[in-house]
Amino acid sequence: MRTSYDQIEATFREEHGRVLAALISQLGGDFSLAEDALQDALVNALERWEVDGVPRKPGAWLHTVARRRAIDRLRRARPQDEAMDPETLAAPDEVEMDDSLPDERLKLMFTCCHPALALEAQVALTLHTVGGLSTPQVARAFLVPVPTMAQRLARARSKIRQAGIPYRVPPADLLPERLGALLAVIYLIFNEGYVATSDRAAGGAGGGDGLTRPELCGEAIRLGRVLVSLLPRPGSAEARGLLALMLLHDSRRETRLNGAGQLVLLDEQDRARWDQDKIREGTAVLDEALALHDPGPYQVQAAISALHAAAPAAADTDWPQIAALYDTLARMTPSMVVEVNRAVAVAMARGAPAGLSLLLRLSDQADGFYPYHAARADLLRRTGQREAAAEAYERALELCGNSAERAYLQRRRDEMLRYD
Amino acid sequence: MKYLLLMYANEAQSAAITQEEGQTIYQDWMDFMKQANEAGVLLANNGVAPSHSATTVRVRDGQTLTVDGPFAETHEQLAGYSVVECPNLDEAIRWATKVPMARYGSVEVRPLWSPQA
Repeated sequence: MRTSYDQIEATFREEHGRVLAALISQLGGDFSLAEDALQDALVNALERWEVDGVPRKPGAWLHTVARRRAIDRLRRARPQDEAMDPETLAAPDEVEMDDSLPDERLKLMFTCCHPALALEAQVALTLHTVGGLSTPQVARAFLVPVPTMAQRLARARSKIRQAGIPYRVPPADLLPERLGALLAVIYLIFNEGYVATSDRAAGGAGGGDGLTRPELCGEAIRLGRVLVSLLPRPGSAEARGLLALMLLHDSRRETRLNGAGQLVLLDEQDRARWDQDKIREGTAVLDEALALHDPGPYQVQAAISALHAAAPAAADTDWPQIAALYDTLARMTPSMVVEVNRAVAVAMARGAPAGLSLLLRLSDQADGFYPYHAARADLLRRTGQREAAAEAYERALELCGNSAERAYLQRRRDEMLRYD
Repeated sequence: MKYLLLMYANEAQSAAITQEEGQTIYQDWMDFMKQANEAGVLLANNGVAPSHSATTVRVRDGQTLTVDGPFAETHEQLAGYSVVECPNLDEAIRWATKVPMARYGSVEVRPLWSPQA
């Protein structure tokens, strides 16, 4: 019985990060040699596993074979050395299993997200090396041509080597800042996928044999789980907060679009179709984070999301608590988005006029920001000010480029104009 | 690994600093030199004369073209350099942050070319 290609590929993706991370360590930080050696091992594995099936310890198998291929490559690079050791040519099924495959993925993740690398390179390198996505898969996920992505990855590896970016977990004095950068990369990957759900409505790219953009959410969550499992507990609160946030957001992904591909807002989503496993996991991870008494913005956002997830129906939502959390978030990370969301929460907790007066305070700085106009429009609609609401929806439409959100704004604006 | 720290600052702004600011910057330079020498990382260090004293030379088709000024007009101009020897980029960056220019200008950290890279 032949093992399916899909099964083998899934195993590669699963094992790639851990095997590569260990190899790079063992090869003195040489990314290129490690990746080439692993590529050799993958080609080998594809031939053998289709016939023999996936081995019991695929990671150990790949690691042992890759290490041999690396030695092989090093020897070929120095032709003056004596003939190749027969050991390197041993058939893969004679290879002895190396049980002690260390988990060096923290080193790999921090190196990929070093500030000396361009942000888009950090993202690509993380997905490719830790996530095990192929170059075409990463290219498709970020809507760039494959050669462009290949060059981006090659340049990043070259920069690591030429500039002497160390392959390590940063020392204590650099760790908080570097961990923040790593979390930002993971969150960026998640948001690319999350936003892509809305793009699906406009027939956005996806499907086929590549990674669809919404699958980036799954990849980001996977990276988050790996990070949380490897980080020491002290200092891990925000990493746990981010994982919780992603899980809780993702639990609602299936209900964000209706059958016609239109955006469905939180209060109209079918809560029976929210993923309870993700909610349970997210809530548990958030509890672990909070137990560390080291608050931060990801934890606060996760707490807000958890309050939504805990409400069986929209009407049961604990809006006063959410409004209070937005107060905290506004103090930690003041921004237009946070202020607008806070105004909406306040409106839900204390009535639309309270929310509207908060929005009024933003009117100067927020004029170019469509969520501000969209929120204002919704609150004006709720207080029956149809004409003002229609104008605000119109202003939001002028500024909004997202197809699914535009459709929503158009629908509401037309509603407001209908009875005039 | 050896790194070149290229120090840039806007000359007009630098010329306009107060005497007090100048004293602080001088002191910071002394601190940087002392620490870098004690750590044994500093291989070379010098300021360069202002950009109007520069001359740019190009040879094209056997013709020598000599132009007054630096190779390009930039918002910040080269003011000095150091060569440091560090085990990795993080260390080079750490030294770069101690250079006074890092606070009011820019410090480029460029690895010296080596055969293995």
